[in-house]
Amino acid sequence: MSFLHNYTYYIGAFGLIFIGLYVILTKHNLIKVIIGLGILDTGVNLFLISVGYITEGTAPIFSGPDIDTEHMVDPVPQALVLTAIVIGVAVLALALSLAIRLYQHYGTLNLRKMKGQRW
Amino acid sequence: MRKIVSIILLVIAALGIRLSLKEVRFGEHETEVGKHYVDEGRDETGATNIVTSVVVSYRGFDTLGEVTVLFIAATGLGAVLTAGGGGKMRKTEPASLVLYTGCRILFPLILIFGIYIFIHGHLTPGGGFQGGAIIASGFLLNYLGCRERRISRVASNLAESLGGLIFVVIGLLGLVFGGYFLLNFLPKGTPNTLFSAGIIPIIYIAIGFKVGSELASIIDNLIEES
Repeated sequence: MSFLHNYTYYIGAFGLIFIGLYVILTKHNLIKVIIGLGILDTGVNLFLISVGYITEGTAPIFSGPDIDTEHMVDPVPQALVLTAIVIGVAVLALALSLAIRLYQHYGTLNLRKMKGQRW
Repeated sequence: MRKIVSIILLVIAALGIRLSLKEVRFGEHETEVGKHYVDEGRDETGATNIVTSVVVSYRGFDTLGEVTVLFIAATGLGAVLTAGGGGKMRKTEPASLVLYTGCRILFPLILIFGIYIFIHGHLTPGGGFQGGAIIASGFLLNYLGCRERRISRVASNLAESLGGLIFVVIGLLGLVFGGYFLLNFLPKGTPNTLFSAGIIPIIYIAIGFKVGSELASIIDNLIEES
């Protein structure tokens, strides 16, 4: 039980990453592949945040006069994830726009049925 | 067959990660650099939100690169969607009066909330990226509720370019005044007041405008296509 208690966030994060990877590897529908990409993105973000966590941690913000820095969580992964979320949204939008163009060109979203493509 | 192979691959990857994460215990992680930012960040940058001081000041150059990635993604989306003709709006039914009025009332409020979020980025949770995303959500509401009120391309491009330009110019001014890019050359002021932390709020406002207009133009391009 202590294993689960200590590693809940890591297990959750890698669960999301592996679900995303599985979807990307096995699905043939382009929209489902992009959904898998989104799940993978979320998993990576959750993992980065949970690496920087400190037990009973508080947000790294001095909102009052007497706040001890002892329990503040690591701000570096938070800063990285902050930008990664916004970039993830933009990259998903770019992938969806490519999917729109592929659908207009081939008339299908199934990766197996696109002529001239080998998967 | 494909599924079995991918499951085997994932299991092997999981075992490898399990081995490498053995030493990284949850909740006990402390890096020297994170400790330094938390202990000294308020005195060194003047911002009370340490995440903001990391994003804009300590790793400002990194953030410039990430804003560039965002810009390239938005530009690429525009190029992909507008390349082969397109631009033909499908006939849509106008929204009902309740939806139309509600979105007209809510839209300016969402804009003001987003601006509040990125102006106070150095004091409270929030900042340019979050505020920009909130502003873009306001534009999304506008497109869903009352489609005929579109943002002008010129204004959106202007806000985007000005945001990026202000970021780079302030970085170069640091080079002029002190000798390195993105030096915090303005007075730091007293912490926990709006006018403090030198260049951090200015850069974050620029990032807010840039992110907001980029995400809004992404929404604009996608709506136009559908």
